[in-house]
Amino acid sequence: MTSSSTELKKTPLHAFHQRHGARFTDFGGWDMPVQYGGILEEHRAVRTAAGLFDVSHMGECDVRGAGAADFLNHLLTNDVSRLQTGRALYSPMCYENGGTVDDLIVWKRDEGDYLLCINAANTAKDMEWIHRAATGFEVSVEDVSDRWALLALQGPQAAEILLGAADGGVVDGLKPFAFAEAVVAGIPCLVSRTGYTGEEGFEIFCGPGQAEELAEVLLATSQSRGLVPAGLGARDTLRLEAGFPLYGHELSADISPIQAGLGWTVKFGKPDFIGRPALLAQKESGPANRVVHFRTGGRRIIRPGTEVFSGTEKAGEVLSGTISPSLNEAIGTALVAAGAGALAAEVRGHRIDLQVVKPPFHRGQSIAKNQNNP
Amino acid sequence: MSTTSGLLYAKSHEWVRRDGDSPVTIGISDYAQNSLGDITFVELPKVGDQLTKGDPFGVVESVKAASDLYAPISGEVVEINGDLDQAPEKINQSPVEEGWLIRVKPSDPSEMESLLSEEDYAKSV
Repeated sequence: MTSSSTELKKTPLHAFHQRHGARFTDFGGWDMPVQYGGILEEHRAVRTAAGLFDVSHMGECDVRGAGAADFLNHLLTNDVSRLQTGRALYSPMCYENGGTVDDLIVWKRDEGDYLLCINAANTAKDMEWIHRAATGFEVSVEDVSDRWALLALQGPQAAEILLGAADGGVVDGLKPFAFAEAVVAGIPCLVSRTGYTGEEGFEIFCGPGQAEELAEVLLATSQSRGLVPAGLGARDTLRLEAGFPLYGHELSADISPIQAGLGWTVKFGKPDFIGRPALLAQKESGPANRVVHFRTGGRRIIRPGTEVFSGTEKAGEVLSGTISPSLNEAIGTALVAAGAGALAAEVRGHRIDLQVVKPPFHRGQSIAKNQNNP
Repeated sequence: MSTTSGLLYAKSHEWVRRDGDSPVTIGISDYAQNSLGDITFVELPKVGDQLTKGDPFGVVESVKAASDLYAPISGEVVEINGDLDQAPEKINQSPVEEGWLIRVKPSDPSEMESLLSEEDYAKSV
């Protein structure tokens, strides 16, 4: 169950979690809330109302200087040169061999001023990689993870909740992947319309000393709108339903963005970038194996590491597996050999057929609504 | 041995309740359901299956983990809780009254004496 918390890092919201009855788990060396009321209840709250997540464990990195745009375009597979001030971009970051160092979001605060948000467990590795890659560029790179707390407010009620708490109209009309400085509950924040749940929502950066007050005010003033604190358990079921990759599962040093089905984030039309030749070769000849998304029709969860078969031959293994509360059946992802036929997994002596489907498994109503009325 | 609740426990977190002479009802403890979190799937034996004390007889799964169920006593399965197939969350909501798992006709009633009282079980968790 939960391991000793003595050596685990704590976010600025640790006392908030304890106060709200969280159960904790070791996540990448951080003592993080896995659930409060229950994973399924929190999942449903985010799909129907709103949930408040602490994602302060995520790492942040400043990239600044006259060469920042060129450097990031060299470092990342997506095209940072097209990014406008005030907007955010999702991108993988790859090794020379095409394997993935991490996936991240980059915010352009100004010309030559970018903020990167990286996975908690990868922060040390990423910082080393980014520093090394920066050689020869006119750029300064700094780990600023300790300067930021990060809350994610997600769900169909998220915009109303934020409008109610924020001063002025800055937040109103914020487009997807746009961000702005705003005062929320009297606290200066950086509010970004991004998320990891497949629902409408925001990620809110603030100083670590003010995170607890921000979280308490949002929760206290928005319970009537159905806002609940939500943990990493629900974050995982939500992201998997939405078809989003999780580093260490659908992306890794052994799984490139091309293999993961994220070809749209690899822009071969831009100048050279780290991993380009390997990724281009994968794209042109097709990777040896690739990530597929599957439904099972049943409720038995197929856990990561479970072998996947095509007929009697091993075709790969499961990367993520959970129950989809929205579909009421077990879903997951697997890395399987290209060209493998009908897939099945064996769990405790039961053979389960995997129905390969195109993600997302579930499209949030709040997102679907936005897409109809951009 | 008697307890106020009438439940006896195995260290592997199953409870056993005597319902008159025979059979007995078996489920998982409140502590176990709470530790597992939201239960999403249960695999139970079939009526007529023989259980051996200490051997696995089924699986209970939550979002977090899959756990084997261990027979707290030996005997023949005479009834299963068919509601759990569609509503495994009943184990969370009511681990004794609605979320019981199976009924078993004990083959060796003396095995009941090796089970823990509610008080002793509570001390062990």
